[in-house]
Amino acid sequence: MSIDIETAARVAKLARIRVEDDALPSLAQEFSNILGFIEQLNEVDVEGVEPMVSVEPMRLKRRQDVVTDGGMQDKVLANAPDAREGFFAVPKVVE
Amino acid sequence: MTDLTKLKISEARDALRKGDVTSVELTEACLAAIDKADALGAFVHKTPEAAMGQAKSADTRIKAGDAPDLCGIPLGIKDLFCTKGVPSQAASAILNGFKPEYESTVTSQLFDAGAVMLGKLNMDEFAMGSSNETSTYGNAINPWRRGNDDTALTPGGSSGGSASAVAADLCLAATGTDTGGSIRQPAAFTGITGIKPTYGRCSRWGIVAFASSLDQAGPMTKDVRDAAIMLEAMCGHDPKDSTSADLAVPNFEAMLTGDIKGKTIGIPREYRMDGMPDEIETLWSEGRRMLEDAGAVIKDISLPHTKYALPAYYVIAPAEASSNLARYDGVRYGHRAKLAQGDGITEMYEKTRAEGFGPEVQRRVMVGTYVLSAGFYDAYYNRARKVRTLIKKDFEDVFAQGVDAILTPATPSSAFELGKEVSDPVEMYLNDVFTVTVNLAGLPGISVPTGLDSQGLPLGLQLIGRPWEEGDLLNTAYALEQAAGFVAKPNQWW
Repeated sequence: MSIDIETAARVAKLARIRVEDDALPSLAQEFSNILGFIEQLNEVDVEGVEPMVSVEPMRLKRRQDVVTDGGMQDKVLANAPDAREGFFAVPKVVE
Repeated sequence: MTDLTKLKISEARDALRKGDVTSVELTEACLAAIDKADALGAFVHKTPEAAMGQAKSADTRIKAGDAPDLCGIPLGIKDLFCTKGVPSQAASAILNGFKPEYESTVTSQLFDAGAVMLGKLNMDEFAMGSSNETSTYGNAINPWRRGNDDTALTPGGSSGGSASAVAADLCLAATGTDTGGSIRQPAAFTGITGIKPTYGRCSRWGIVAFASSLDQAGPMTKDVRDAAIMLEAMCGHDPKDSTSADLAVPNFEAMLTGDIKGKTIGIPREYRMDGMPDEIETLWSEGRRMLEDAGAVIKDISLPHTKYALPAYYVIAPAEASSNLARYDGVRYGHRAKLAQGDGITEMYEKTRAEGFGPEVQRRVMVGTYVLSAGFYDAYYNRARKVRTLIKKDFEDVFAQGVDAILTPATPSSAFELGKEVSDPVEMYLNDVFTVTVNLAGLPGISVPTGLDSQGLPLGLQLIGRPWEEGDLLNTAYALEQAAGFVAKPNQWW
């Protein structure tokens, strides 16, 4: 399958990664190569096969629905590029 | 005692308990070796002060007679593990400056057992790569060279720094992680031992996530006994990882008898690849003979879906990565791009991720985004998950036929040159051809060094075991190790 430049641009947008226009043709080519490799999967007969959900069958554990952690706002914010007044700060989202 | 850094965990443990050496002496020796080895690019964040503190506490504990096996043993920790207050950035620029406020479960367990952390080890960015060339820190270098040729070779990846550090005797052992072969391939390239346990054996909590259904941590060590000792300390149930198995962890070291009489070893015909070098072929048949001589029954087996493992992996792993790496948005930790006048939050995300992620990580995140996008989810992602079911069934079928372990080459070649121009990413992906099936099936796999190629570079064989039977697998590996008698070491040039 061949990926065109428009599709490459759309995927970059969905992934929230800025790709400059002049880099799109080579990106599209790389996608095409990788997807071409993946196309081999179409040779496999998967009729009636369940998609794998969990590699080792196990029941997820349950626990009491109670607070076990918290009260560490300083630690949560310690690594933030921009934290103010106890919050993460970001550019204006709503006009 | 000379050459303290060359000690294995088992030897150091015994010497510490006898009082022949102290953890402080061991740690000082390792720190000195690390300072002389910057040319290897293995240690990327050194923590000498913390290490000396841990070593002193370990010595007190040993004197008091309360000493677990790893007490006082100096280790290197892959940069993928979150270590409290110490940079942990998965070798990515997007986590520049990130110092976790918490400790990963695996490193907590190691430190509770008294282990000493010397520093953080280089790796491929977000563990995506097979040559350690995608790291923001620059390359890690293999201590092995082709005879007198000084061409820099890769230590493999993604746990390249771990492999280089252990092979060069900078630390007694190191942690690694393995999503498609990232412990076993670098171990093979550097002449050391590396085991990826069954999916769920080690808690993933606090390990930077790449592909959550495939990622497992494991030890990278100088021999199989050390792998058994260190694996035991790393394993165990953790309520903070819902996929961690609530199973008792056996004393793996006690299971190393070397007796494999009557065990059935499968040789999968699909692992005989076109264009495989004769040396790999010979190594494999030698391994087969060694296990046979040790009393194992050799059985030719078929794993018919092997060919589809790599393409399935290159759907599933990028899909999970695109989801896991969505968290790097410049808000909560790490890098945030400088914004232009009028830039909003979308520009912040896009610029931050373009600046912070390297090309291979960007490529995989976008491939993953594509295969999960509307209209392609069934054609790619669901199909790959169905193929994964079939790959696992291949293994279940041969185990049901009485096969105890499977012997394969660990890698399709010995360590290759760094900086070799790879125009097609798919070419690089072929490095994982023998290891990736094991992750897709969730099985334990171990790489054991068994020989040198004609250029004097180490080669390894892989043994694959039944789920949860790491003890039995380690014992088979131990028998192979004894028969192979691999003792070669790289000549020190750094």
